Amino acid sequence: MRTLFKFNGGIHPPGNKERSTQRGIARAPLPAKLVIPFRQHAGEAARPVVRVGDHVLKGQLIGMPDGYFSSAVHASTSGTIAAIAAQPIAHPSGLPDLCATLIPDGREEWIPHAAVDYRNSDPAELRQHLRMCGVVGLGGAVFPSDLKLRPLRGHPNKDIGTLILNGAECEPYITCDDMLMRERAAEIVQGAEMLRFMLEAGEVLIGIEDNKPQAVAAMRQAVADSGLPFEVVVVPTIYPGGSAKQLIRVLTGLEVPSGKLPTEIGVQCFNVATACSVYRALAHGEPLLSRIVTITGNVRRAQNYEVLLGTPVQELVALGEALPDTDRYIMGGPMMGLPLSSTAIPLVKASNCIIAASDKLFPPAPPALPCIRCSRCAQVCPADLQPMDLFWFSQSREFDKAQQFSLFDCIECGACSYVCPSHIPLVQYFQFAKSEIRAREQDQRAADHARERHEFREYRIEREKQEKAERLAAREQAAKQAQPPAASATPADDAQQKIQAAIARAREQAAASRPKNTDNLTAQQQAEIAEIEARRAKAHERAEPAGEVADNHSEGRSQ
Amino acid sequence: MPRFASFSLTNNMSAFFAPFISKPDTVSAIMLRVLLALLPGIALYVWHFGPAILVSIALASLTALGTEALMLKLRDRPVRHFLSDNSALLTGWLLALSIPPLAPWWLVVVGTAFAIAIAKHLYGGLGNNPFNPAMVGYAVLIVSFPAQMTHWIAPHGLGLAELDFLGQLEYIFLGALPPNVTLDAVTMATPLDTLKTRLHLDEPVNQILQMPIYGRLGGQGSEMVSLGFLLGGLYLLAARIVTWHIPVAYLGTLFAAAGIFHLADPAHYAAPLFHWFSGAAMLGAFFILTDPITSPTTPKGKLIFAAGAGLLTYLIRAFGSFPDGVAFATLLMNICVPLITLYTQPPVFGKKGPASGKEKGRP
Repeated sequence: MRTLFKFNGGIHPPGNKERSTQRGIARAPLPAKLVIPFRQHAGEAARPVVRVGDHVLKGQLIGMPDGYFSSAVHASTSGTIAAIAAQPIAHPSGLPDLCATLIPDGREEWIPHAAVDYRNSDPAELRQHLRMCGVVGLGGAVFPSDLKLRPLRGHPNKDIGTLILNGAECEPYITCDDMLMRERAAEIVQGAEMLRFMLEAGEVLIGIEDNKPQAVAAMRQAVADSGLPFEVVVVPTIYPGGSAKQLIRVLTGLEVPSGKLPTEIGVQCFNVATACSVYRALAHGEPLLSRIVTITGNVRRAQNYEVLLGTPVQELVALGEALPDTDRYIMGGPMMGLPLSSTAIPLVKASNCIIAASDKLFPPAPPALPCIRCSRCAQVCPADLQPMDLFWFSQSREFDKAQQFSLFDCIECGACSYVCPSHIPLVQYFQFAKSEIRAREQDQRAADHARERHEFREYRIEREKQEKAERLAAREQAAKQAQPPAASATPADDAQQKIQAAIARAREQAAASRPKNTDNLTAQQQAEIAEIEARRAKAHERAEPAGEVADNHSEGRSQ
Repeated sequence: MPRFASFSLTNNMSAFFAPFISKPDTVSAIMLRVLLALLPGIALYVWHFGPAILVSIALASLTALGTEALMLKLRDRPVRHFLSDNSALLTGWLLALSIPPLAPWWLVVVGTAFAIAIAKHLYGGLGNNPFNPAMVGYAVLIVSFPAQMTHWIAPHGLGLAELDFLGQLEYIFLGALPPNVTLDAVTMATPLDTLKTRLHLDEPVNQILQMPIYGRLGGQGSEMVSLGFLLGGLYLLAARIVTWHIPVAYLGTLFAAAGIFHLADPAHYAAPLFHWFSGAAMLGAFFILTDPITSPTTPKGKLIFAAGAGLLTYLIRAFGSFPDGVAFATLLMNICVPLITLYTQPPVFGKKGPASGKEKGRP
């Protein structure tokens, strides 16, 4: 029996998981339209590589990873690209994002794909393959998996002692991982072995909460069948026990240091569904095109469906048969989920659950009262923070204090809000404070940048003045030497000459200071310029911190 | 940008932001359970001292609610919303239980009004007061009206005369006593007060405790009231409304301090159990010091806070000029709360251990 560890805090909200586990995973029917966002992962959005009107095959790349921190996006089925435009997506800001609209042709025609012999491949190649298959963490953070497999500087992969598969699924209502483990345990175990191989990890622990006995049994059977030395560890059900850092603590007793990555303490953690998609990507060459989504809550038929990425939420809602008093939908669980602004929003790699909600299911909390410092929030905080103090600092906009008191160690799990007897929306205060601090830091960087530029300009002007003065002095010196004073013309003549020379110089300067090539442009040329300017601004934004030095260089060169 | 702080009172956030579920617990329900936990003590109070305490509690409740409503109105806050949180009621009850029940009606009214208006609302209302309002009210009364604060009702069978309920009402509201009955006949000094006075007369402790006003543990009757508060306090612990830190550290320190002095000089210092069951020790340990608003939020801080209060209670009782020390000990420790909280911050997840030792020292 393995010794388990505890983390402080945590809550026991009602699980409500039974309803959606009564039936197996069903395949959702092909929808009439798919809306595939180019950003379904943490990091940069993928760059579209198809055009409107293109016919694409199932599994065809439509979005190329753009930069280091990005991932690929694929056509979830065969069909025609009807549009590439900004559309509403599931995001707290409510802002639309670039999506491809795909009209399926119903043939589900696959692009050629083949298995990868991973045991005889270079790790870098395998990572590139996963990246091009769009494999990202399916636990909710959608972090590109290839980046988690890349060795950190100073921490070679062979230092990874423990690979953890996260099957805890601690959030109420959500059962997609539970059902996946029950039905596709063998694939998960194979995927885990592939991850272990790439990480050169030692032991493999599969952590599952004790409220999923069937998943535990299925996984244990699959591990036994595979003959691999993996261990399925049953962990106590507690929210947020499925948060990576908390699960690592429970299984290994190690705490991931604040602001560090698990690999730095020799542990790496992947969701079970991610392991499954790694298996599909390597054993079959299939990119990530679908995922399991739970439809539950105020519905007649709570169930898990395998859904093509890009399927509008309303298709799933129709399958679940939402009850008439349903007035809102939540993507994710009741603790950390996101309320949806519309059901036309597509299901993406991060969507693990859709909850149909009503006031009856989630009764609105009574209006907030002042904090009475009862410290229940601190008692349940899994990050060992003092939420009542952070609330005080956020409310009074003392952001420096909030940061000193480790605001950024908050994982926004919502346990504090859950127990607050004053019903203060604590998490929202923390999100507000975090975004204000981030904005302030960005402003600070911009201001520093501007100040440096200004200082450099002052210096440049001063230098030019000096150089000019030196040049003039040198020229006068030369003129004096060339023309002896006795041979000079009349003083009036001399003055006249000087005036003429000055006028000529002034004209020259005026001409030089005005760019000659921006007059009389065609509309097209103007549009091109605008586009280039926009791109330049965007690139500038992206390269912000590193950009300062480079900018000073370009200034220097333009002299 | 609109003021972020104000929206939470007016808008219903729970429909828009996670988490969408919450524990069905409210400030109002917590306060109500604390009030309920006081009932055993109050029942024993009535049993041993007659129903006058109920009149005090009723007066305190009415004053507390009235003052709270008035202050909320003046401060332009939603009156009904805040009145229903039961916090003013609790302040009133705690004050009524701290002062003599057989006293002119205005005594408890002035104390409660001061507690709510000055000690609570002038500091910003619920959640913002640094001092325990009931104890501020008590301090004001004992400093301003020391005479009225020393006439404690005698338990059944111990006074020279006894007033029936009507007689008690008549005294409280009209100040009138039946003919041939003086105030001294129906009241007496508290057991702690008597002990202090007698010790000044160089009588040994064991001889003083032979007097009829003393029972097995503390004062006759009042020891039972203390037991009632202990019972209610155990309920608060079981219901997880208070944590063990404050009661244990408070009673432990009081016990230890009294024990050391008692062992050294039993003739001059009463035994620890006497201190536990006399005066407001039990009320303080479970109901007053545990007020979350005016006590530290960190576990370690709670221990330090309560230990300090226990020590101060003993020192004031044994060496001070007031018979009981709970109120002043509470107020003195209230001052230290921000500092204690600041220096007892528990380590944050991922910031423990040698890897992050540098970040240990918090601001």
